[in-house]
Parts: sequence; C-alpha cells; structure tokens
Amino acid sequence: MNQWKNFSKGFIKENPVFVLLLGMCPTLGTTGSAINGLGMGLATTFVLLMSNIVVSLVKNLIPDKVRIPAFIVIIATFVTIVQMAMQAYAPALYESLGLFIPLIVVNCIILGRAEAFASKNTLVSSALDGLGIGLGFAFALTILGGVRELLGSGKIFNITIYPENYGMLLFILAPGAFIALGYIIAIISKLNKQKA
Amino acid sequence: MAKPQSNFRNMVIALLGVTLVASASLGLVYDATKAPIAKAEMDKQTNAIAAVLPAFDKLGETYKMLPADGKDSIEIFPALDANNSEVGKAVKTYTNKGFSGYIELMVGFDKQGSISGFKVLKHAETPGLGSKMDVWFSNAEKKSQNIIGLTPGSIELKVTKDGGNIDAITAATITSRAFLDAINRANATANSQYIDGSSSASKKEKHNEQEPQIQ
Repeated sequence: MNQWKNFSKGFIKENPVFVLLLGMCPTLGTTGSAINGLGMGLATTFVLLMSNIVVSLVKNLIPDKVRIPAFIVIIATFVTIVQMAMQAYAPALYESLGLFIPLIVVNCIILGRAEAFASKNTLVSSALDGLGIGLGFAFALTILGGVRELLGSGKIFNITIYPENYGMLLFILAPGAFIALGYIIAIISKLNKQKA
Repeated sequence: MAKPQSNFRNMVIALLGVTLVASASLGLVYDATKAPIAKAEMDKQTNAIAAVLPAFDKLGETYKMLPADGKDSIEIFPALDANNSEVGKAVKTYTNKGFSGYIELMVGFDKQGSISGFKVLKHAETPGLGSKMDVWFSNAEKKSQNIIGLTPGSIELKVTKDGGNIDAITAATITSRAFLDAINRANATANSQYIDGSSSASKKEKHNEQEPQIQ
C-alpha cells in the first residue's frame, strides 16, 4: 500500500463512521450542527495524529503485555491537552461539545488505529493514517451535522437557508441522528459498491 | 531494536516512563493555559453582566445571598456610576425546575428594580422549544411575552396558564415556569427592599434568623 492510500482511504473506502461504523457515540451525540461536528472531528483528528505518531515512535520500547495501558495513557494525555487548549482559546465550542471532549479518550477509532496500525507501521505511514482517518471522521461528522442542522433548523454553519419555523425539530434531537446517519451510510455503501 | 520482553522489570520501567512523560507534558500545558482559561471565564461573566445592565462605570464588590427557597446562594454584582452610587445590579440566579433540570441566568435590574435585561448562561432545555427562552422573553414586538422593563416587585411574573400575564413559550410551559421562577428568585433575594419597602439590611438580618429553621 503506498503512502497516498494510507492517507486517502479514511475518506470513503475505510471511512471510520460510514464504513467501519466506529465512534458512534460522539457521532450521534455531537452532530446537532455542522460546526459542532467539525469541531469534534478536528479535535479527534489532532488526537489521532499525535497518538499515532507517538505510538509508532515508542512501539519498540513498550513490552507487549502493557501496550494497551501505555497507549491509553498516551491518548489520554493528548485529549487532555486538546481539552485545556479548547477551554482557553475556544470556550464557546468547548461548552457546546462539553462532556464529549474527555470522552475522545475512549473513542474506539483512536485506540483501534494505535493498536491495528501505528504499532505495526513506520512513523510516516502512521502519521498519514492518523491524519487520513481523522479527517475522514471530521468529514463524516460535518456532513451529518450539516444535514441535521439543515433539516432541523434551516441553517448550515449558522447561515440561514430557509426559515427556522419550517424545520423538522426531530432532526436536531436524537432520533434524527439515527435516521440521517442511516441514509448517509446507505448512500456511501452504494457508491462503494459501484466502484468495486 | 528488539522489543523488550514482557517481564516485570521491563513493564514497570515502560509504564513509569510513559506516565512520567505524560504528566510532565500535562503540567506544562496546564501552566500555559491556566491564565487564558481564567480570562475566558472572567470575560464570559463580564460580558453577561454588561449585556443585562444599563450603562455603568464600574462594578462594586460582588456578594452572595441565600434565597429563602433554595439551597444554593445566588451571586450579586452591583453596578456603580462614577460617583459610586448604585445604578443597578446584575444577579446570577438559577432554577432547578427546568424541563431538563438546572438553568442558570444572569438578570439585570435597574435602580427601580425593573428588569433591564437577562442572559441565559447554562441550560439543557429541548433545542427549538425551551432553548428559545433567550429570544422569547425579550421579544420587544410581543408585549405579552417580553419581560424586559417589567418590575417583578409590583407585577407578579407568572405564565398565563397559572393566572399570570406572561405568555409561555409555545410547547414549553415547564421551561417558561422555570425561567420565571429563576427571575422571581433573583428579585425576591436581591431586591427584597423594593418589595416591602424595608431596608435591605433588616431584610438580610431577618433572612439570617430564618435560615436555621429551613435547614
């Protein structure tokens, strides 16, 4: 697999949300608006990129039996850094994402990439893999957030497309997340099948 | 380089190393972001105070008072003009009666005890229904739902369903009741002198006497 593929596979072919169905908790919980989805996606991307880099650097120093606790500590460190930075420089976003930022620690995408990819591959491949999967996640969350925000309140990124009164409130609430996600997954599967 | 074996010594060293580096880097980031975080929180509070009050020159000393019907105290920020006389006060108040529990508001009162503005600080109400309270109750075009300019001491703030004269948010009566509950609590506690005409000092004393009975 060449380096471009390491990066680009995260968008459609192995998109963590639409194809692998990982990280459903933040996906459903934070995508009430496009900007929240994007913020959550970018925070996760940063953590994924940094943890993949560090894990691939230390993979030969950690004994096998304690690799999972070591990876979790590395991931938790970066999550806490993101949390503190966000609280300091983007307090509004921090407030709307709330509990979901510390929960990035247990996002299975991140530990999954550390265990399945970064602990077996070189630094450059791991960094590209982390960046690709992370941006794929951000891309998925932004699309889902955009669809829900548009259908629910008639806006995208807070720009009004049609009056809010005509919006379907359901899409801002939890059931809308499941419905919208289901339809997007169906469309992506169709696209993937056509290519194959 | 070969992978170290999973024996006790290697595992302890590896985990110790990882946690040491992790805690050191967290300490550094904490130090670097401490001031900006405090500033961001301060800014938020100052902005909320400025938004709910008429023009003022400086803030007086903040104090806390325990409402008669609540366990948590509310914070009061007196606003002073250039001659140190009070032009109004901002009150950080709360209610636990929201549809999803806790709601926190900043309410401004002018010298006469009328509401000069309010801002919702924290809430978890239903998006699109209860979450509309910040625009609903300050809508200047709809007289029956706008609370700005009203004096809670002379008019009772209640939703129309409960016999009052404030229109509740459509499909969010519980949120509306909770919202007015928070405003009334702020008024009853901070503006007690405007209601019964007695001085705030005597009211405070009276309040202290009552406290042990409540708890």
